[in-house]
Amino acid sequence: MSRLAATFEALANSGRKALIPFITAGDPHPDFTVGMMHAMVEAGVDVIELGVPFSDPVADGPVIQRASERALAHKMSLRRTLDIASEFRKTNQQTPVVVMGYLNPIEAMTYEGFANAAQRADIDGVLTVDLPPEEAKEFSDSLKAREIDPIFLLAPNSSDERIKKMDEIGSGYLYYVSLKGVTGAGHLNSVDVENKLQEIRKNTRLPVAIGFGVKDAETAKTIGNIGDGVVIGSALISKIEAHLDEPELAKNEIVELLTTMRLALDSLSAS
Amino acid sequence: MTEKYNMPDERGHFGPYGGIFVAETLIPPVQELDAAYQRYMNDPEFIAEMDADLQHYVGRPSPLYHAERWSNELGGAQIYLKREDLNHTGSHKINNTIGQALLAKRMGKTRIIAETGAGQHGVATATIAARLGLECVVYMGSVDVARQSLNVYRMKLLGATVVAVESGSKTLKDALNEALRDWVTNVDNTFYIIGTVAGPHPYPAMVRDFQAIIGREARQQCLDQTGRLPDALVACVGGGSNAIGLFHPFIDDASVKMYGVEAAGDGIETGRHSAPLSAGRPGVLHGNRTYLMSDDDGEIIETHSISAGLDYPGVGPEHAWLKDTGRAEYPNITDNEALEGFHALTLMEGIIPALESSHAMAYTMKLAPTMRKDQIIIVNLSGRGDKDMQTMARREGIEL
Ligand SMILES: Cc1ncc(COP(=O)(O)O)c(C=O)c1O
Repeated sequence: MSRLAATFEALANSGRKALIPFITAGDPHPDFTVGMMHAMVEAGVDVIELGVPFSDPVADGPVIQRASERALAHKMSLRRTLDIASEFRKTNQQTPVVVMGYLNPIEAMTYEGFANAAQRADIDGVLTVDLPPEEAKEFSDSLKAREIDPIFLLAPNSSDERIKKMDEIGSGYLYYVSLKGVTGAGHLNSVDVENKLQEIRKNTRLPVAIGFGVKDAETAKTIGNIGDGVVIGSALISKIEAHLDEPELAKNEIVELLTTMRLALDSLSAS
Repeated sequence: MTEKYNMPDERGHFGPYGGIFVAETLIPPVQELDAAYQRYMNDPEFIAEMDADLQHYVGRPSPLYHAERWSNELGGAQIYLKREDLNHTGSHKINNTIGQALLAKRMGKTRIIAETGAGQHGVATATIAARLGLECVVYMGSVDVARQSLNVYRMKLLGATVVAVESGSKTLKDALNEALRDWVTNVDNTFYIIGTVAGPHPYPAMVRDFQAIIGREARQQCLDQTGRLPDALVACVGGGSNAIGLFHPFIDDASVKMYGVEAAGDGIETGRHSAPLSAGRPGVLHGNRTYLMSDDDGEIIETHSISAGLDYPGVGPEHAWLKDTGRAEYPNITDNEALEGFHALTLMEGIIPALESSHAMAYTMKLAPTMRKDQIIIVNLSGRGDKDMQTMARREGIEL
């Protein structure tokens, strides 16, 4: 069983929800990221999504765009993102790491070249924002052959037919984008999310993590009550951005926020 | 060629190029657009409305003009200019915006967005939005806002909101990024009018089909005026819409050579250019697979061209296919050569071309002398140069 499948199974067995932070690799500096990942694990996260900076992040709002720009200014790349994951793995063999980014850096490495490198880095999942299932067969196959989970996005306007398609081609978990918009947008509607999740559940047995628009412990709790996991990105990166000259301060604030989210999510299983 | 050219396939592939590479939220609107496009392109009423607009509003057909003096001066092939500069709003861009805006209306969309580089597509979009009473937002890199300020003013007069994009290289590709972000946020009421043969399927095929009127007219006009087909076609390539519009109706005419001219900026060898077909590699950007200016890590490289409309790191996927199959050739022209083309046409024929089109003129100056006097080149004069007066004056140290 893949590390992701095992993680979600263990969570489900104990009635808990996955807390999944997203940070951009190399932001604000490549030396920062591995330490940040370990600190987040200590704060109680279950899976880490590691963003690969890209020059043209069309699905991202301003906060993650700027994180990308900061990381690229330090020559961060997909290869170096895998190096960071590898470094993290040296002292953590439990926490699944999902690499999330855009297709062109993967194309530049070739699918096989990337899949081999991802396997060497002991990556657990790959989420490629601009690779829909229709174009993803070859890539998904090369990941699955190496026991890496290809993770797909679902959106509020995805039809049943498409949800089935993601269920077929995806593994690990599905990532439900809670709103029509870019990352960091602020108009998440929990009733809509709940209704859509019912539709999604009818068409897949994969765990569903929900992201986009989760900002604090309260939204995390609301969303955690609906899905199997909660993804939080821009709210964390805003902390990095607020303390560019003092990354330790940013790290502390991120740990603090994740800790309150962990408590909020765990209060769901207690009640 | 015995089999008729029939690209793309139903999922938008030109061989390995094209396709649909967008985030999930954009899949339903892209599919909805494809369905509407398939339906209305076969709807006689839609076609009639579009044709009427192209005739009475745009002023089509545009002339095919024999540039006799220039041809004689160059001493080779006879040069014919397809006068897209004479269209309403001053370039070929309006052929496409009319088609897409009428489609938007049929689909019940009330808000139109567009990206623009030189501002010609932005102006053409703002124009048709004004005429149809649709809300219009145009994204434009802040570098382009500065160098094409006349067009920014035109768009504002036409009632459009112009958003200066400050991210990345602050040029056309960043304007496209921002328009895609707007679209994903406002998919329900918004129609994205892409200005070139880029983006996810069906855009490359749809924009081509709207622009192919250039080639259909030119083919017939050439037959009418000279009794034969041309020997060569020349057009500049930014995203590639004016070029594919001219080329497409000739693809099955094997004797007709096609030259798509890319912008070499300071020169290909300097790395400061906008010539993905000449010096790029295949990759994925803005919804399709094509040749791109991208580095070993797959990051998109900043481009350079004197002309804002060619300052783009990608190119329409059909051009990638025509290059690989050898059906078309893609030479390149530097900024300085383009300026020579600009002045030559202005002085020889009394026609001031856009800086984009000047790249096609400059290549024609190289090509024509290598051909016989009884041979024919059709050059796409994709736009007029009014918008570039400030850039030209500044280069020559003149304050306007
Ligand atoms: C006059 C003119 N020609 C050409 C272009 C390049 O676009 P395309 O390659 O899509 O024709 C532009 C774009 O702004 C333009 O304004």
